[in-house]
Amino acid sequence: MTQEYRLDKEGFINRKKSISFKFNGKKYFGYEGDTLASALLANGVHLVGRSFKYHRPRGFIGSKEDEPNAKVQLYNGAKTEPNAVATEVELVEGLVAKSQNCWPSVSFDFGAINNFLSKFFPAGFYYKTFMWPKSFWSKIYEPIIRKAAGLGVAPLKPDPDRYEHKFEHCDILIVGSGPSGLASALSAAKNGARVILAEDKSKFGGSLLADQVTIGNKTGKEWADETVEQLKSMPNVIVKNRSQVFGYYDHNMMVMFERTKDHIQSPSKYTPRQKLWYIRAKEVVISTGSIERPLIFGNNDRPGILLAAAAKEYIKKYGVLVGKKPIIFTNNDSAYDTAIEFKKNGIDPLIVDVRNVSESTVVKEAKDLGITIKFSHAVANTEGQLRISSALVGKLNNDKSGYENLESIPCDCLCISGNWTPTVHLSSQSGNKLKFDEMISAFIPNKSRQNETTIGSANGSFTLKKSLKDGFDKGFEVSNKLTKKNIKIDPPISNEKSYGNYEKFWCMPLPKNKEYKRCVDFQNDVYVSDIELAIREGFRSIEHVKRYTTLGMATDQGKTSNLNGLQLVSNIENKIVPEVGHTTFRPPYTAVTIGTIVGREVGKHYRPTRKSPMHLWHEKNNAVFVDAGLWLRPRYYKQGNETLQQAAKREGANVRKNVGVCDVTSLGKIDIKGPDSAEFLNRVYTNAWMKLPVGKARYGVMLREDGIVFDDGTTTRISENHFHMTTTTAQAVNVLAHLEYYLQVVWPELDVNVLSTTEQWAGAAVAGPKSRNLLKKLFPETDVSNEGFPFMGFKEENLFGIPARVFRISFSGELAYEINVESDHGIFMWKKIIELGKNMNIQPYGTEALSTLRIEMGHVAGSEIDGRTIPSDLSLEGMLSKKKDFIGKRSLNREAFLNINREKIVGVIPVDKKTMIPEGSHLVKDKNAALPNPKLGHISASCWSVEYNNPFSLAILKEGKKRIGEKLYAMSPLKNKSIEVEIVSSHYVDPKGERVRS
Amino acid sequence: MLEIKCPHCGLRSQNEFSYGGDSNTKRPELGKEVSDKDWDNFIYLRDNPRGKHSELWHHVAGCRQWFKVLRDTSTHEIFKTAKLTEEL
Ligand SMILES: [Zn+2]
Repeated sequence: MTQEYRLDKEGFINRKKSISFKFNGKKYFGYEGDTLASALLANGVHLVGRSFKYHRPRGFIGSKEDEPNAKVQLYNGAKTEPNAVATEVELVEGLVAKSQNCWPSVSFDFGAINNFLSKFFPAGFYYKTFMWPKSFWSKIYEPIIRKAAGLGVAPLKPDPDRYEHKFEHCDILIVGSGPSGLASALSAAKNGARVILAEDKSKFGGSLLADQVTIGNKTGKEWADETVEQLKSMPNVIVKNRSQVFGYYDHNMMVMFERTKDHIQSPSKYTPRQKLWYIRAKEVVISTGSIERPLIFGNNDRPGILLAAAAKEYIKKYGVLVGKKPIIFTNNDSAYDTAIEFKKNGIDPLIVDVRNVSESTVVKEAKDLGITIKFSHAVANTEGQLRISSALVGKLNNDKSGYENLESIPCDCLCISGNWTPTVHLSSQSGNKLKFDEMISAFIPNKSRQNETTIGSANGSFTLKKSLKDGFDKGFEVSNKLTKKNIKIDPPISNEKSYGNYEKFWCMPLPKNKEYKRCVDFQNDVYVSDIELAIREGFRSIEHVKRYTTLGMATDQGKTSNLNGLQLVSNIENKIVPEVGHTTFRPPYTAVTIGTIVGREVGKHYRPTRKSPMHLWHEKNNAVFVDAGLWLRPRYYKQGNETLQQAAKREGANVRKNVGVCDVTSLGKIDIKGPDSAEFLNRVYTNAWMKLPVGKARYGVMLREDGIVFDDGTTTRISENHFHMTTTTAQAVNVLAHLEYYLQVVWPELDVNVLSTTEQWAGAAVAGPKSRNLLKKLFPETDVSNEGFPFMGFKEENLFGIPARVFRISFSGELAYEINVESDHGIFMWKKIIELGKNMNIQPYGTEALSTLRIEMGHVAGSEIDGRTIPSDLSLEGMLSKKKDFIGKRSLNREAFLNINREKIVGVIPVDKKTMIPEGSHLVKDKNAALPNPKLGHISASCWSVEYNNPFSLAILKEGKKRIGEKLYAMSPLKNKSIEVEIVSSHYVDPKGERVRS
Repeated sequence: MLEIKCPHCGLRSQNEFSYGGDSNTKRPELGKEVSDKDWDNFIYLRDNPRGKHSELWHHVAGCRQWFKVLRDTSTHEIFKTAKLTEEL
């Protein structure tokens, strides 16, 4: 149970609570409060992965979300998670993690051969090498690349966890709880604003957790804890830890994910794993801090080389030493704190500083502690196979272009600091055009485009005093805009060390005749030589250099590498950094699980399900359902071992022979009222509506303005100024919006109101030669004779005490009626129909039989009204009024629509009268023609005709009816079929429409 | 996600609305002669400005009213919204 590198003091861990976990199959122990990274380091494990391209051994570089190397695969099976960042994974009992991108093991990796071949894998390698021959791509190149690249492995099973979404509004969202974030939260909350404070780590305080500072008369950590307690006690404040604001979208829509489960030892079954918050904030305060930059030198990517601030955090937050023979290598003062922390814990560090001198208090403190400092020195290279073992340290010559002498100094870790980069991602995402700050050689926010303010080190203010002042000031300023309460509090007095200037020298020269690899982007394996090559090959725009070299394109989005890359380009090109510009920051700031984004919208929750009031009856009677838009409709009612086709045949034949009943509740229904209703319908439909008598229905076709058929249906005149429109199930929503558009925007002078009543009515279609007899039984008082209730007639009736609307309309082509009652009475109506139809052999029929009936009748539906056809393509030219104008009419005169060779509707039967023609098959002249075989048309819908007992299809065919009698082939490469077919009329059954009028 | 002020309902998130194109498009009057060119302009051709654009939105998951929005197409800033009967 030894944790060799664990200190017995320091850190916010619980040394009484030991936690076991597995890494690469080996069992280790850590403490409650550890991250996977700190626990591994406590056990002396630095080697955690292999680099992306060359499979070079890699260790931890950072201690937080900036970590580019320590991407691990967590757990196994359905719960497995790829690309987890070990520095962000909180340790829980039983955690299982393994390294990625290595085979067979992290310490012996076969892919490391790429490292020796690296001369052949320079920047742009993929573009240059895998270009040709084309035939090599899918069989050779792609499999190799897929195997060699790739980080973790995605789970193959459904995610067992639950994820939630939450919507929240606030006055001010403060991102980050370092000194400036806490100060602004306190200041804004005291001034009465509704505040959300979001911290992505488990502990609040940011830099206060590791820095030696005092605020008031407390330590930084004590002040942070007290401030957080105070904020939590205020009703106008929401305080959230483990919550990463990762995206800044338009109109201050902020998106944050909260980790709610993985850190809990025994979570309840109902705890969601993560929560996605959509926060609409009136103002956003960004206090996201800054990230230390690495220095660039030979073999700077060995395990054991990490950022100086990370080494300090491991000591201060977790009581872990990253090594016992440390070298600190820096171009600024902040790394001296790391040396001081080592020294205070009994370890002698060596400081290598590229600067000639620095005389700040922190440097003096280091000297006073007896720490050896080598000014004007640099690390030129390192040694060590799976862990750094020595550093090649030399005195820089006067112009820092080379070394005066070099000596190898043994070490077990190298803590590097190349100064700090403000974390400007959110501010850049908001549309803020960043500006370059020469003092710190980094970009900081400039003019806000949305309501956002950046403070603290994210804004380039690296002193505590300034951060606190900014925090309190901005917190007041921003909140007062909204609350106008003028309650201002003063920042407390703070104490911190003073830090001197950094030297803008960060890329170490190579010793003479040496070609050490100097890494810029650790995760994507981009080296100084790659960037030099890209520039040599003529790439100038930083966006091009980025894509050619893949600099900053990995999952860490170049948090540690972008600025070094930019500076390198600017050096090579002799430009200043702002001239080079920067690449775009895009959300998410850190990786977000797909599960969080999806939330509860999985499986049946993906979209709402609409069911008719008769749904339970259908279920009880063995209905097999089909999705029709949002609706669930019975496709067929299964009897015994019937197949879909057998059932459709039985149900369809029963309609043709006896009587059937179909649930048509899902059809769109729109109530239209007002004195101009008839005039409105006259404009919306292609046919005439002014003279439709009360109590009569009419079939109508609607076009879009471009002449394409939009929808069809029947509309009934209930009374002089009241119509009942039906639409197809699929277009119900769009037709309503279409009508509203014309009434509100185009013809506001028309006095008409439209309202969807789809859900108010339950509908049953009763169809078949015996339907009149059935109707007689349902409405014994009513004259249902052909004269008393003619085709397209409408009656308001009484169904055993229930008000009902009865229409004599038909989709099946048989004598048929449609009965509507209020939804609540739907099941009553349905049961009555079944009960009274029993001795007429009534059977319910589903959508499959319904389409069979309509197909053999040649009635068009969605598969023909497919957004490409005009009325004449569907033999609907008879529906076009010549006497009046209507929506889309003018378009029908366009040249292409007048072409007589257009594809038009026909019927198709297989010559053998046996083979069903797959829908979507192409109609061609010659089945053996060279590919692509010229297409004459396609099969839009197929059925087994119950009338003729053979297959029948509808097709949209070039030249349409002119081809009736011709023999063609229906080709379906997907089903591997070519079927000889004969073209016939689309009206296969009852072409004169006598049955509906009988 | 934009935040749009419906002139009838107030500020709502974009997912309650659907977009309806340029609000200055005028449908030719019914029954009037229209040249092929003018009709094509009406059906297919729209300006695609960078900057201010007056457009129609439909509050589909709300009051179901169409209304006008003056929006910057490059920044998404919304300067004003108005009822159909009002000037933008
Ligand atoms: Zn509204």
